Amino acid sequence: MQFSLGAIQYYWPKDQVEAFYQQAATSQAEHIYLGETVCSKRRELKMKDWLKLAQELTQAGKQVVISTMALLEAPSEISVLKRYCDNGDFIIEANDISAVQILSQQQLPFVCGQSINIYNASSLNYMRKLGMMRWVVPVELGHDWLQQLKQDYINQFGDIDFDIELMAYGHLPLAFSARCFTARSEDRAKDDCSLCCIKYPEGRETLSQDGQVLFVLNGIQTQSGKCSNLINDLPNMHGLIDIIRISPQIEGTFEVLNQFVQQQQNPTKHQLTQLQTNGYWHNIAGMLAQQ
Amino acid sequence: MELLAPAGSLPAVKAALEHGADAIYIGLKDDTNARHFAGLNFNQDKIKQAANLIQQQHKHLHVAINTFAHPGQHKRWQYAVDQAVDIGAKALIIADIALLDYAANRYPNAELHLSVQASATSAPAIEFYRNNFGVKRVVLPRVLSMHQVKQLSRTTDVELEVFAYGSLCIMAEGRCYLSSYMTGESPNTTGACSPAKYVEWQEQGDILESRLNNVVIDRYSPDENAGYPTLCKGRFQVADNTYHAIEEPTSLNTLELLPELKQCNIKAVKIEGRQRSPAYIAQVTKVWRQALDAVNQTNYQVEQAWQQSLANLSEGKQTTLGALHKSWQ
Repeated sequence: MQFSLGAIQYYWPKDQVEAFYQQAATSQAEHIYLGETVCSKRRELKMKDWLKLAQELTQAGKQVVISTMALLEAPSEISVLKRYCDNGDFIIEANDISAVQILSQQQLPFVCGQSINIYNASSLNYMRKLGMMRWVVPVELGHDWLQQLKQDYINQFGDIDFDIELMAYGHLPLAFSARCFTARSEDRAKDDCSLCCIKYPEGRETLSQDGQVLFVLNGIQTQSGKCSNLINDLPNMHGLIDIIRISPQIEGTFEVLNQFVQQQQNPTKHQLTQLQTNGYWHNIAGMLAQQ
Repeated sequence: MELLAPAGSLPAVKAALEHGADAIYIGLKDDTNARHFAGLNFNQDKIKQAANLIQQQHKHLHVAINTFAHPGQHKRWQYAVDQAVDIGAKALIIADIALLDYAANRYPNAELHLSVQASATSAPAIEFYRNNFGVKRVVLPRVLSMHQVKQLSRTTDVELEVFAYGSLCIMAEGRCYLSSYMTGESPNTTGACSPAKYVEWQEQGDILESRLNNVVIDRYSPDENAGYPTLCKGRFQVADNTYHAIEEPTSLNTLELLPELKQCNIKAVKIEGRQRSPAYIAQVTKVWRQALDAVNQTNYQVEQAWQQSLANLSEGKQTTLGALHKSWQ
């Protein structure tokens, strides 16, 4: 199995992003995803900055993918998406069917991102025929679903000639809305958000009235309150998953990456914390953890 | 503009027909559709009766097959398409790429509508479904502003349908996993959001507490109306504030936007609520029939009686324009 760093889901200041990727350049991740996937107003890094980072990471020996927005509403957002698709150098992760349309029309290969609804072998094969070279599994699918889907694929369409990637660590992207929940949490309108997301590099934790951690608000995105951690499940991913994705957090990302790499070489049982979960993988509610 | 009403039972079909629906959408009695609730929807026999009733009155039947086929079970979803075609449905409402592909190949003459669960919010997304599957109509997710709806309608000649009234889903539909995060079941996988079997009510002194799979969704004091614990509509705590962090219990109501929707060639306005009672469907359909008739004349004005009638039927007795109105976002 190989390892990847997913796109940073939060809004971090530019120097923090650059510092992160400096570390990423010498990390054990083979694949690095770059770019803004949540909100088009987040412009600490412009397209040229992302492409520059992409080039530097390529020179450092990394396989780089440019990740794109999950929820596209305005024509201006489509224009930006098209410019990314036309970059000429880097493969694109399509997080909306709009990107699949643009890329497949140009016969460009693409990564099918986790927010595109692929639940079965026929849909997956449809994407394959359109140029998908890697599939990132949607967050709510678990081990059994995936195993059956792969079996169906082999039975119906033959060999699987693309990579399958799974987000195995991080706060899961659970929903996208027109509304900005971070702005709302500060009692601001979205149009007048003052880019307040930048104050919350891990999003805003949301609790039930009896103190249970439920969600993380990250702009228009709602994430799982608990952090998904599938480190103990790595052994039963062999033959199912090709690339393990770690989603960047403001702290500890590379320690986690190292733990995962270590786990692959020498599996040991890790105790999940109260704020970690593996439910989806075990076919139970995503917020629950099977120890 | 077509008035598209929901129905989860034969009496609801009758109510919608009686009060002026142009078309009615229904689902089969299983998890092939996104309103898979106990006691709701149509078995093989009932769906034929519904089709007959609707066709006798020269109205249109749309069948929603808008969840995503599970691995190893695609035949069940395909069979749902076969059944819908067999009873003469005018349109099939589908979200799954695999199923769109099946329907487009097996039944080249079937009219395909892209379900809101496919979450097509842009011109290239619409183009994707038209090019690949010949989709004739797209149901727009409730995340676009009125301005964005207008922009879309200028760039495509695929028919557009918008939600006009009913429960407000505030996430991009088909891409919300909050329900499976909390319960293991989501609209995409089992056709239900915040399923009733996980709901509990507990009284603690004066306080009534709603829970979903043992998570506190809200607490109500005696002077408050308690609502169904749809998980995105609870009161949660962020830093020191406890409030409706995601959305309030409220319903979408676009009556005042009807002239604008008409002007930008929206083909159909859709009433949400296949899970609602025949009485509810009768009242909502009646109001919207009057509004649609009025919008065809000059000087359209939203009548106070319509608003009153809809407000009484709304979640938390309040309504909103949702994302259509920029300030909501």
